[in-house]
Amino acid sequence: MKSYQLGKPNYANARARAKRASVNIVVYIVLTVVAILWLFPFIYLVMQSLRGDGTGPSLNLWPQDNQFTFQNYIDLFNPNGVQMQAGKQTFHFLNWYLNTLLIALVVAAIQTIVILMTSYTLSRLRFKGRQALMKFMLIIGMFPGFLGMIAIYRILQTIGLSTSVFGLMLVYVSGSMMGYYVSKGFFDTIPHSLDEAAMIDGASKNKIFWSIILPLSKPIVINTVLTSFIGPWGDFMMASYLVGRASDKSWTVAVGLQSWVSQANSPYYFTHFCAAGVLISIPIVIMFFFLQKYYVEGVTGGAVKG
Amino acid sequence: MVDLEYLSLNRFQRFFYRINKFFVNIPKSFCRFFKSIPAFFKKVFNKIGESCGVVVDAMRYGDWKTRLSYLFFGFGNIANGQILRGLLLFVYEVAFILYMAFFGAEYISKFGTIGSVKTETLPSGFTKVGDNSFNILLFSCATFVIILCTLFVWFQSIKQAYTTQQMVQINAKLAKGRDDIKNLGNKYYHATLLSVPTILLTIFTVIPLIFMVFVAFTNYNNQHLPPKELFTWVGFDNFTAVLAGKGIGTDAVKFSYTFWVVLLWTLIWAVLATFSNFFIGMFLAILINKKGIKLKKFWRTALVVTIAVPQFVSLLLMSQMLMYNSIDGGGIYNSILQLIGLEPVYWLGDPWMAKVSVVLVNLWVGVPYTVLSSTGILLNIPDDLYEAARIDGANPYAMFAKITFPYMTFVLGPSLISTFVGNINNFNIIYLLTGGGPNLDTSMATTAGQTDLLITWLYKMTVNNQQYDIASVIGILVFIVCAVFSLIAYSRIGSVKNEEDFR
Repeated sequence: MKSYQLGKPNYANARARAKRASVNIVVYIVLTVVAILWLFPFIYLVMQSLRGDGTGPSLNLWPQDNQFTFQNYIDLFNPNGVQMQAGKQTFHFLNWYLNTLLIALVVAAIQTIVILMTSYTLSRLRFKGRQALMKFMLIIGMFPGFLGMIAIYRILQTIGLSTSVFGLMLVYVSGSMMGYYVSKGFFDTIPHSLDEAAMIDGASKNKIFWSIILPLSKPIVINTVLTSFIGPWGDFMMASYLVGRASDKSWTVAVGLQSWVSQANSPYYFTHFCAAGVLISIPIVIMFFFLQKYYVEGVTGGAVKG
Repeated sequence: MVDLEYLSLNRFQRFFYRINKFFVNIPKSFCRFFKSIPAFFKKVFNKIGESCGVVVDAMRYGDWKTRLSYLFFGFGNIANGQILRGLLLFVYEVAFILYMAFFGAEYISKFGTIGSVKTETLPSGFTKVGDNSFNILLFSCATFVIILCTLFVWFQSIKQAYTTQQMVQINAKLAKGRDDIKNLGNKYYHATLLSVPTILLTIFTVIPLIFMVFVAFTNYNNQHLPPKELFTWVGFDNFTAVLAGKGIGTDAVKFSYTFWVVLLWTLIWAVLATFSNFFIGMFLAILINKKGIKLKKFWRTALVVTIAVPQFVSLLLMSQMLMYNSIDGGGIYNSILQLIGLEPVYWLGDPWMAKVSVVLVNLWVGVPYTVLSSTGILLNIPDDLYEAARIDGANPYAMFAKITFPYMTFVLGPSLISTFVGNINNFNIIYLLTGGGPNLDTSMATTAGQTDLLITWLYKMTVNNQQYDIASVIGILVFIVCAVFSLIAYSRIGSVKNEEDFR
């Protein structure tokens, strides 16, 4: 058999291989086009942020006369703010950045704890009103979150936080309970016999949660931290309504950057916008590339595993 | 139709049979839903009846300690030695009475009219402060919630007093304060974990929502802005104005027209955005994971960068890149088009092109998510399935249609629903890219644009126009749309994942 194959070339096999190679070439072409389409905006973003030949959006990828500069970045870190248009408003990017960082860190910490507590309770503990609570949250979740905003604003006014960063934090944190779904799906899959064994050994439910379930749930904990961080980091809707009406020092990055690409500001601030965009992306990109596999967990975590 | 009959059909008959079944199932699921409403009320009233039974029983058979608990929360507990519980209940009662006396009662009493005394500037120059309809409505909602809570606590107080009494009668051991505190980490652990989040949720989500639902029945808009003006109940006027165009002036007709146009586009958008993402993402994932393709990680990373950069940055950037003017193109994409000799495209300004651009940009934003999630699933499909198919002589297309595709839809199906509902409420992509524009109504009476979704329209109405009454109606309608689609979807999936399976 073997000698037969050696003696005569296997045409069928060769043809198949040639066909596969041509298919692969088509696939490579498609993937290259896709990669260019997807990466192009970022290349544009980075190139614009390094541009020194103007401040508005450029129609060329490459700056004229190779004028590269870090001035845009340096401007952003100026604690006295950026003012590109004489006589117009000064924008304090550094404040925006620190505000957003503060909000995102605090919200990520609290929200993670709240979500884990809620999903653990709903997944593991059986108590009166559990089903009702879940259905209630499902129904509440179907209302557009922005709907109650004017009432929320008034409530925040009552406690004196209406346009401050802390009020925004409170708003983000308050709804976090409703994000229990994905991590509940995860907790559901941890065998219940573990709890029972610990219970027989005399552990309280508190102890079971902190020292048995949580250590086993590293992927979902990281996923929850990641999503809770990204949420407020990129939120525009709530932030624009609450801190958007305060002076620009208490804005978040999303609110500020939106004002930079408005028709009036875009010719003066576009390169700064790009530099800011790069700076904002850096923490997420770093986090993302280290924790990518945990992120996927969340996308499919709520679904039935086949 | 039994299985045998189904198998005897040919391919086309099967196809149409399944489509038919899909549509037949939709009313069924609605029937099931509406059938469940009486059952729900039955359950609720049963619960209330049961509670009333407890209250009556405690009155009839209770001793004086239990009976005093009707007036003084926790009296029975304190008298029988459960000091901590009793004290907490009593403190709650005192707090409630103080709240009502100094705050709640005033607002609740004006709830029927939402304020009748107008704020006026007297001739002497002083301002006579009248009612603030907004505060009255909002704090009434809060007070309603608090009253409900108090009813519950009152019931608990009676029930506890009665139980304690019975326990004392049979000489059972009563839980003391120390036991209660210990039990917070064990028997009542759910209360420990959930109490603070629930309170936050109630204050910042539930009460505002109740408030906005009430606002839908008032005329709270830019002509009736407190504290200067009052607003009042108008019944279902706002709903008829939005849905049927009936109401005062020409505005109602415009609102109604705009609503239906925007609703239609919202649904078309949600379908387009969800399915284009799903199929193209899956297609790319299959290409990347195809056997023999090198640099898999590079291709995936190229896509994933989109997720890593915050959405608002990439969307704002895109809005600049898609700019148009007839002289030099306006944005980089148009200048590239000009470079290769094509006409620049009015990406975001032309009504039709704007819709296409929004869907395209959404592809750019959303496909990486699908690629990420479907890559994991693709790698999970057992290889022997393909092996068996190959031995049976299946070609790649058959393998895709019979193995890959069903498997993916099975796993990603449920998340497809939530993506769909999420797309109905996809604020960022529309607002940051087109701002809803180009304008739909030239007179600007409704402020809605060609690409506005219901949610962005709601946002504009709230922020720019202060038309809160119409905005709340829109919000409630968004809720109904989402609920309807979730119902349809869950009826298709049929058996919702049984969570007790894992136990």
